[in-house]
Amino acid sequence: MKSKRRRKSNSVKHLSHQLRNAFNSLPVHLSLIVISLIWTLPTVGLLISSLRPKNDLLESGWWMVFQHPFDFTQYQLGNYIDVLTAEGMGQAFLNSFTIAIPATVIPIAIATFAAYAFSWMRFPGRQVLFILVVALLVVPLQMTLIPVLRSYNHFGLSGSFLGVWLAHTGYGMPLGIYLLRNYIGSLPKDLIEAAAVDGASHLTTFTRLIVPLSLPAIASFAVFQFLWVWNDLLVALVYLGGTPDVAPLTMRLTTLVGSRGEAWHLLTAGAFVTMIVPLIVFFALQRYFVRGILAGSVKG
Amino acid sequence: MSVFNKILSVIIAVIIGCGGVLGIFYAMNYLANTLPHKWRSRILPWIYLAPALLVLTAYLILPTLNTIYISFLDRRSQNFVGLENYQFAFTSEAMLVAFRNNLLWLVLVTGFSVGFGLILAVLMDKVRYEPLAKSLIFLPMAISFVGASVIWRFVYAFRPAGAAQIGLLNGIVTSLGFEPVGWLVERSINNFALIAIMIWLQTGFCLVLLSAAVKGIPKDIIEAARMDGASEVKIFWRITIPMIRSTLAVVTTTVVIMVLKVFDIVFVMTAGNQGTEVIASRMIKEMFNYRDYGRGSAIAVILLLVIIPIMVVNIRRFRQQEASR
Repeated sequence: MKSKRRRKSNSVKHLSHQLRNAFNSLPVHLSLIVISLIWTLPTVGLLISSLRPKNDLLESGWWMVFQHPFDFTQYQLGNYIDVLTAEGMGQAFLNSFTIAIPATVIPIAIATFAAYAFSWMRFPGRQVLFILVVALLVVPLQMTLIPVLRSYNHFGLSGSFLGVWLAHTGYGMPLGIYLLRNYIGSLPKDLIEAAAVDGASHLTTFTRLIVPLSLPAIASFAVFQFLWVWNDLLVALVYLGGTPDVAPLTMRLTTLVGSRGEAWHLLTAGAFVTMIVPLIVFFALQRYFVRGILAGSVKG
Repeated sequence: MSVFNKILSVIIAVIIGCGGVLGIFYAMNYLANTLPHKWRSRILPWIYLAPALLVLTAYLILPTLNTIYISFLDRRSQNFVGLENYQFAFTSEAMLVAFRNNLLWLVLVTGFSVGFGLILAVLMDKVRYEPLAKSLIFLPMAISFVGASVIWRFVYAFRPAGAAQIGLLNGIVTSLGFEPVGWLVERSINNFALIAIMIWLQTGFCLVLLSAAVKGIPKDIIEAARMDGASEVKIFWRITIPMIRSTLAVVTTTVVIMVLKVFDIVFVMTAGNQGTEVIASRMIKEMFNYRDYGRGSAIAVILLLVIIPIMVVNIRRFRQQEASR
């Protein structure tokens, strides 16, 4: 708005002022552009390299493609085909979905019910229990690994999808309850009381009123939990053990780094395969992701 | 098994996993409705809470208590050994290296990512291409630690002098006429190479939170300060920082917790070799490689002890929020 106002005035004084302003903000623009570039280059390098043939990749740096960037013969998809078929990334891709979808839906269902109870139902110990949830938000996963793994071995749950679903449900639960309770608790009181006066049961109020109204918060938690599970290595590593037919992408990629550490044509393509779904989710649902991060920034 | 069969089994697994939970809720609600009215309103809250309390107890509360107990037992949890595991944790060479590194991680990652995030938040507030720039910095947040580790392994890739360098950093170094550097092997720099990855990942997080706080500062306060002739630097220190203090505290504590738990980066990049171990990666090593559950648990308890002050602050802040609700 300011610059528009200035543009209208023709006086030389204003023009020089404008020039000085532009000159003053030059360092700002320059530093922002340089930093954005530095932040992006590593990922761009990976993407470009994953498209280059094996021999090119090992003979010259990826930045060499910029000598003639539009020579499309220097790009190909062979690395992706190799890594998806021969290196088992295709199976791992399916496993990641099999793990991440229930490990997102189950906690949402459980946490929404609990958040409703914490917000709109009366029962003894409500405050104390919720403070417990807040405390559990920051408990490090490491505290739970050994006992849970032992009972998993005892009950035969290690190496199974069910075990990982339940573990992620437990670990995501404090954040889910905390985030959803903050939202559901701030819904207008009149609305919920009116529903009760009209004779709606708790279940009707919950399914017809609370869930539809809370969709933005549920979406935030869903995006957050999905990305968290998809990107997780620790939980999968501990509870799935070394079983390759249930391993998710992060585990498969870690194995690949260990066994084929210098096979950059496979590593670059493999890394990008693990990133493609988070990147799509990120760009499509960035708004919800950011909101989830803002609301749940106390998660440990 | 054909691809079709595989996809089908994925879909079936997903349906069973997700449908099971909703089934449980409807069954329980049905049961509650058979109770007499007086009982129903008392029991219903617990039915809504039961699954949540069950998983919290099974996956967080009981295991945490159990880990504390195991930390006083020997490697197979058969005999009581007192504080022996803690003595190991605070005196052994490997653990002292891990503590030193973790301290380095804490100071540098927290300092740089919060600092960068804050500066970027203030600077971006002034430009029109803010959403794009913000997305670019924030993007690494969506990527897994494993994916980020591969990205940076490639940036740090090392070839002996004379061979063509394929890593970006050594490409730059050799084109300036220096010898290529083994970023992940050289003991004086490898920790900093790993820390840089975490800064790359966390700055976006700090930026997003701090940017929201910076935008929440009333514009007229800043305008008034400008009218009075305050410089931008002075406005930053005297108005911006005090106004966003609480967000700054939340961001810092969150980054501290994330750094304390960092494991994937070290595990994938160096496996904790060449003096790069941190507490969390050491814990996994004790647990998996050495099968010493006593020592592993003691290290986990130390992590928890470091985090407890943050927990207390969180609870206090929550109670204040509730009181002002």
